[in-house]
Amino acid sequence: MSEILEVIGALLMVLGALLAAIGALGLLRLPDLYSRLHAATKPQTLGLLLVLGGLALVIRTWSAVTTLIIVLGAQALTAPMAAHLLGRATHRTQSNVDAEMIVCDELTRAHEQANSPAHEQANSPAPAGDEPPAS
Amino acid sequence: MTALLVLAGVLLLIGGSMSIAAINRGPTNLDRALGADVLVVIVISAMALYIAWTRDEGSLPILMVVALSGFVGSVSVARFMARRRGGRA
Repeated sequence: MSEILEVIGALLMVLGALLAAIGALGLLRLPDLYSRLHAATKPQTLGLLLVLGGLALVIRTWSAVTTLIIVLGAQALTAPMAAHLLGRATHRTQSNVDAEMIVCDELTRAHEQANSPAHEQANSPAPAGDEPPAS
Repeated sequence: MTALLVLAGVLLLIGGSMSIAAINRGPTNLDRALGADVLVVIVISAMALYIAWTRDEGSLPILMVVALSGFVGSVSVARFMARRRGGRA
């Protein structure tokens, strides 16, 4: 029984490692950062889930499982945030992005609305920034 | 079991070299930060493979530290890039 569980765990780890390799290949192949984000977040969530699930099946103690849940939870919470910030910084610098490949760009529209004169008058005391003032 | 772990290690080696190549190539620093993020995940996976190979549960906290601190790099790179080139941050 334990032998079967170990083989299943090792198979899950192989799948996770395969996903990591595919994600890194996507980093090399895809043209700009928006599409690279798509490739890079696969190993960060699903790949890590597969690898850590396989490790839990190999080790099979509850203390290890709780630690692995903390690792997975930390990555699942922080990886989308980091990816979001990278995409936002790319949008600001507009570097190396083919403008014709962008289908929908709501952030530019929101910026233009926020910088329009009507909006400036509406909240005149506050500076027209997209971030709340530091308190 | 052993063969599967070796196969996973080879895949991780390929993925790690490709992400290092992406860090080396990436046209902007944001691409490099993204490659570093993938490299962090690959390092975590390699540590998990090592733990599965040796059954050494004492190394699990290292996994946790790398996972908890891995995102700081790309977040700070994104913030500084936005401030330097974007005008208003």
